[in-house]
Amino acid sequence: MIEFRGVSKRFPDGTLAVDHLDLVADSGKITILVGPSGCGKTTSLRMVNRMVEPTDGTVLVNDADVMTADPAVLRRGIGYVIQQAGLFPHRTVLDNVATVPLLERWSRRRARARAAELMELVGLPATMAKRYPAQLSGGQQQRVGVARALAADPPVLLMDEPFSAVDPVVRQGLQDELLRLQSGLGKTILFVTHDIDEAIKLGDAVAVMRAGGVLAQYDTPATLLANPADDFVASFVGRDRGYRSLGFLPAAGLGLREVPTVALGSPAATARRAAVDGWVLVVDGRRRPVGWLPDEALDRAETVTADRLVAGGSLYEWAAGTGEGPAAGTGEGPTGSLRGALDAALSSPAGLGVAVDGQGAVVGAVTAGDVLTALADARRDGVVPG
Amino acid sequence: MSWLSANVGRVLASTGTHLQLALPPVLVGLVLAIPLGALANRSGAARAVLVPGAGILYTIPSLALFVVLPGILGTRILDPVNVVVALSIYAVALLVRSVADALAAVPWHVMAAATAMGYRPLRRFLAVELPLAVPVLVAGLRVVTVTSISLVSVGALIGVGGLGDLFTEGFQRDIPVEIVTGIGCTLVLAVLADALLLLAGRILTPWSRVGPGAGRPA
Repeated sequence: MIEFRGVSKRFPDGTLAVDHLDLVADSGKITILVGPSGCGKTTSLRMVNRMVEPTDGTVLVNDADVMTADPAVLRRGIGYVIQQAGLFPHRTVLDNVATVPLLERWSRRRARARAAELMELVGLPATMAKRYPAQLSGGQQQRVGVARALAADPPVLLMDEPFSAVDPVVRQGLQDELLRLQSGLGKTILFVTHDIDEAIKLGDAVAVMRAGGVLAQYDTPATLLANPADDFVASFVGRDRGYRSLGFLPAAGLGLREVPTVALGSPAATARRAAVDGWVLVVDGRRRPVGWLPDEALDRAETVTADRLVAGGSLYEWAAGTGEGPAAGTGEGPTGSLRGALDAALSSPAGLGVAVDGQGAVVGAVTAGDVLTALADARRDGVVPG
Repeated sequence: MSWLSANVGRVLASTGTHLQLALPPVLVGLVLAIPLGALANRSGAARAVLVPGAGILYTIPSLALFVVLPGILGTRILDPVNVVVALSIYAVALLVRSVADALAAVPWHVMAAATAMGYRPLRRFLAVELPLAVPVLVAGLRVVTVTSISLVSVGALIGVGGLGDLFTEGFQRDIPVEIVTGIGCTLVLAVLADALLLLAGRILTPWSRVGPGAGRPA
C-alpha cells in the first residue's frame, strides 16, 4: 500500500507542485495518476522513492514513512520504470535486468539466472541477453525496463509514463502485457500518464490531478467516466466519455439476432436468396467472417468470390472475449462490453455487428439499436450509475 | 645518415626520457581532472570558476612555467620534476573541461534510473556515469597526450632531455639528420600514443558502436 497523507511539495523557486495530496493506492492494484503537464503527477510519484522529498506531509509505503528509510535501500525495494526505459547503454540487456539484484549483493551467477527468468516473463527472447540497449527497438527496451524493475521482486512498482515514447500499436501491446503480468504478480503499482485512455484501460483506480498539484477526483475508471466530479474532470476525460464508458458495461443483457450468411464459393443464387436488406455475410469453411456482400455485386456473377466483398467492421467477441473492463475474458456467455458491440454495429457496412465465438466463428449479430436498448435496460435496472 | 647509425642508442634513450616526461603528467592530469570535472558538472558555481580558471592556466607560456616553477616548488632549475609539474598543470587545465563535458553528455534519464535503482552516489559515479563518459573523455585525453608529447620538446631549452635535445643540438652543431630525427621521433610518438588511446577507447566501449537496427531481427 502506498499512502499520501497531506503531502505537499514546494520547489525552491516557489512553485507549488503538489498541494495537500491525500491518496491511498491499494495493495495489489494499479493506481493511475493522470493529468495535464504541470499537475504534479510525476512529482507525486517521485516522492514515493524519495527522488523528490516532500516539504510537508508523509508518504508511507506499506505503513512505513519513506523519510525514515535509507534512500538507496528504500529504492532497491521499489521497482521503477521510466519513460524511454532509462536503460544503461553500456551494459547488456541481461546485466541491465540484473542491476538491482547485484546492488543487493546477490552472486553474479544467481543475479544473471534471475535476469534470464525475467526476460522470459516479459516476453524477450534469450538471444537478446547479450545485446546492448541501442540494438533494441523502443518496445523491446521498454520490456527490458519492466524486467529490470521487477528483478528483485519488489512489492511496489512505480511507472512514470513508461509507454509514452513508443508508437500506438506497440503501446497497446505493452499495456496488454502489463495487465497480463499484473494478473500473475499482483504488485502495488503507481502509474503516471497524461493519456486518459491509458489510465482508463490500466487503472483499478484513477486519480485525476489538475494544475497546481490538486487532486480533482479519485475513483474507479467507470465512475470517473459516468460521474466526473467537476467540469475539469469532465473535459479531461474527454468528449467521448459516454461512448468510452460503454467499455465498462458487460454485454450480458444483449441478445443476438440471426445474421444471413453464405459460404465463400457458393452459387450467386444462394447468396441472393439469403440476403436481407441487400446484404449477406460471407463466411469461410469454419464459419469465420470473410466480408460483406452487397447483392448488387452479384449481377452477372456465377459464384460468391472474395474480390466482390466489402470489408467488414470490427468483430464483437461474444464468448471468450478479450474486451476491456471488468467482464473481460471470463467464462461462458457474452463476455465483451457494450462498447465492443456498438463499435461492431457502427463499423459494419450492413449495420449489423458480427458476433463471434472464441474460435472466431459467427454466432449472430447485433444492431446499434440493440445496444442502445440494452443500455436503456441497464439504466433502468440501476447497473449504470447516474 | 651516418650520424643516425652512430647514435641509435642515444635516440632510443632520448625517446625513453621523452615518454617519462610526457606521460606521467597525462595520468596526473586525469586523476585530478576527474573529481574537478565532476564538481564542475554538479554545480554551476563550481563550473563558473573551474572551467574559465583552467582556460587561464592553459594560456601561461610553457617556457615561463618551466622557469617560474623551481621558485615555487623549491626544485633545482634543471630538475625534470619542473617539466612534469608544468605539463600536469596543462593536462588538468585541458581535461577539467573535457571531464565536465563528458559527464554532462550522460543522458539525465539514465542517471535518474540509476538513482531510482538504488545506487549510492559514489557507486553510481563509478559504475554508470564514468563509463558512459568514456567516449567523450578519450577524445579529450588524446588531445592532451599529443599536446604533452609535443610540449616536452620545449623542455630541451632548459636542458631536461628528451627528443627536444636532438634538434637543439642539431641546430647548434648543424647536423640536419639529428634535427629531422628529433622531429620525426616526436611525431611518431604522438601518432602512436594517439592510436593506442583510440584503440583503448574502442575496447572500453563496445556498446558505443552499436546503433539502432544493428543486429536487430528483421
